Amino acid sequence: MPNEPKSRNISEIAKELARSFDSSVVESWYSNIVGFLSGSRSYYVLLVITGLVVFVSSMVAVDAINTGYRHAYNVTREIPWGILISTYVFFVVTSTGLCIVSSIGHVFGLKDFMPIAKRSVFLSVVTIFAGFTVIFLDIENPLRMALYNVISPNLTSNIWWMGTLYGAYMFFMAVEFVFLLIGNNRLAMYAGLSGLLSGIAAHSNLGAIFGMLHAREYWYGPYMPIYFILSAMASGCAAIIFFTWLGYKVNNEKMDKSMERAMEVVGKLCTLLIAAIMFFTTWKIITGLVASPGKVEVIKALLTGPYALNFWLFEVLIGMAIPFVLLLYSKGRNLGMMFTASLLMVIGIFVMRYDLVVVGQIVPSFQDLGVKEYLHLLPYKPSFHEIMVVAGGFGIVAAAFLLGEKIFSGHKSEIH
Amino acid sequence: MNSKKTEFEPFKKACIETVSPIERREFLKIGLAISGIFAGGTILSVVSNINKVFASPEEFSEKYPYKPHYSMVIHQDRCIDCERCMEACVMTNDVPEYGYRTMILEKEVLDAIGQKKEFIPVLCNHCNNPPCVRACPTKATYKDKKNGIVMMNYDKCIGCKTCVVACPYNARYYNEEKKAIDKCNFCIDTRLSKGEKLTACAAACPAGVRIFGDLSDMNSEVYKRIHQLARPVWVLRPEIGAKPNIFYMKG
Repeated sequence: MPNEPKSRNISEIAKELARSFDSSVVESWYSNIVGFLSGSRSYYVLLVITGLVVFVSSMVAVDAINTGYRHAYNVTREIPWGILISTYVFFVVTSTGLCIVSSIGHVFGLKDFMPIAKRSVFLSVVTIFAGFTVIFLDIENPLRMALYNVISPNLTSNIWWMGTLYGAYMFFMAVEFVFLLIGNNRLAMYAGLSGLLSGIAAHSNLGAIFGMLHAREYWYGPYMPIYFILSAMASGCAAIIFFTWLGYKVNNEKMDKSMERAMEVVGKLCTLLIAAIMFFTTWKIITGLVASPGKVEVIKALLTGPYALNFWLFEVLIGMAIPFVLLLYSKGRNLGMMFTASLLMVIGIFVMRYDLVVVGQIVPSFQDLGVKEYLHLLPYKPSFHEIMVVAGGFGIVAAAFLLGEKIFSGHKSEIH
Repeated sequence: MNSKKTEFEPFKKACIETVSPIERREFLKIGLAISGIFAGGTILSVVSNINKVFASPEEFSEKYPYKPHYSMVIHQDRCIDCERCMEACVMTNDVPEYGYRTMILEKEVLDAIGQKKEFIPVLCNHCNNPPCVRACPTKATYKDKKNGIVMMNYDKCIGCKTCVVACPYNARYYNEEKKAIDKCNFCIDTRLSKGEKLTACAAACPAGVRIFGDLSDMNSEVYKRIHQLARPVWVLRPEIGAKPNIFYMKG
């Protein structure tokens, strides 16, 4: 008896799928590809540039693989996680954020958020792919991971959970995008919900990778998983505003009323989330100043030490303060102002991730011993190879975004 | 306890002139052992932390979880930085020039009275509660169920370096030739399994700094050194709670 409804469900799904793939859908895709060929010249120039960036950085990445990461990258025994890890974090934070914010519409049914759904889901797949590409070039034996993640899982390891859940997440988001394309909103909703749940679980595990390393005082504690989810939403809002505005420029179109409304609500949510991150950051700093010596030293490195420029200029001013003011001032209607705010946020958040990953490692393990080898903070500067891999990650996102705008003709939404 | 009493016999007629330097030193040693002072790592005072002196939790003094329970006691003040332990380790375990499994750290206190330098040998602490093992996604690093050595299965290592970041003792590095993280394994594959009783570093040390042995054996040197109250024994970074098996002492 209990099998009956299930089998009916499956046949229903199969029928719906068949219905979705009717000739009109195929035809519209075809016409989109033709449309892609008739883009403006600046569009092609941009596309070629991003393609070149991806090409050149792949060459550099191949060189890094051949020479060995120990020589190509500036990571050390003491600071084994550098800009590639922070860039991976940046991309998956953005992806999770895109997923969470857009799910308000297409999973939870808030109409105002509907128009951003397709582009967001598409970009969440693109950004997680870019993130995976970057970490693929950081992990020494990524192919072993595919095997031993399955046959030798360590269930106490956050890395294991993160990798596995993000794998599932990427699958669900890709499936959701296909369902959105063929206009099957019900199945898209289920896929979206599965993606949202696995994405949030994956992302809090990413935070917990740092938060559960009790030998690293700056990271340790429940703050990281919570902060990661919160800042993911802020990143997601920034990415939505950024890419939607650019998307309309690329397609040379004007937003309709519903899209303008969507931008307004995302802008307002973004303002709120920046305020929340300011609050989080403030208390992280204040509590850190009365912590154990190792943690105090990290906070001082951020406030007045070698990371002060990163912190005050990029994290605080560019990442939070200026966008906050711009977003408030725009009232969610001045799109140019909102775009500027989102661009600044993306830059600021990138530096925020970099600082978060690197400063957690700058205090030597044996600093308390007072030995000559470890009297000072440890240095790290990204190498040329590392910077190029990061550029390649951004190149992938940019190229896929540009292609997506034309192939899926501006991600116009028929969801109502 | 009785032996201690006899040592203090002369104190019956104590006054500064009659106390010999040796007596004074004996007395001070006991005082320091009981109060606990700082030198190098955190010294665990027998007053407040008696259980920690005995290699972590209470049940430890009765029963150690591994048999043999490999452990090392390092007589910090005996180290002269000749680095023969490091050389022996490199030779025995094929350690590349860019990495190390054991290292001697140098502490210099310029305004100290008398001796101004001391050397602190460090290596993997083979923790009973190892942060690296918890963090590894593929069980490439694991705690050997029999002898408690924190081991590496090189084939399973994906090179994510989470264990390197997780380790409180900077004991791990990526080995290009092995295509995996490498670390001290108490020479289990190169010496102990071949019938040797000591690790390469312990055997090479000319100053008797590194005392290696089985903590679950009451007759072993490591057991005797740790299970006493006269001289302080400490571990590095006890606040992490990793329950290390490398102990430090002086004298």
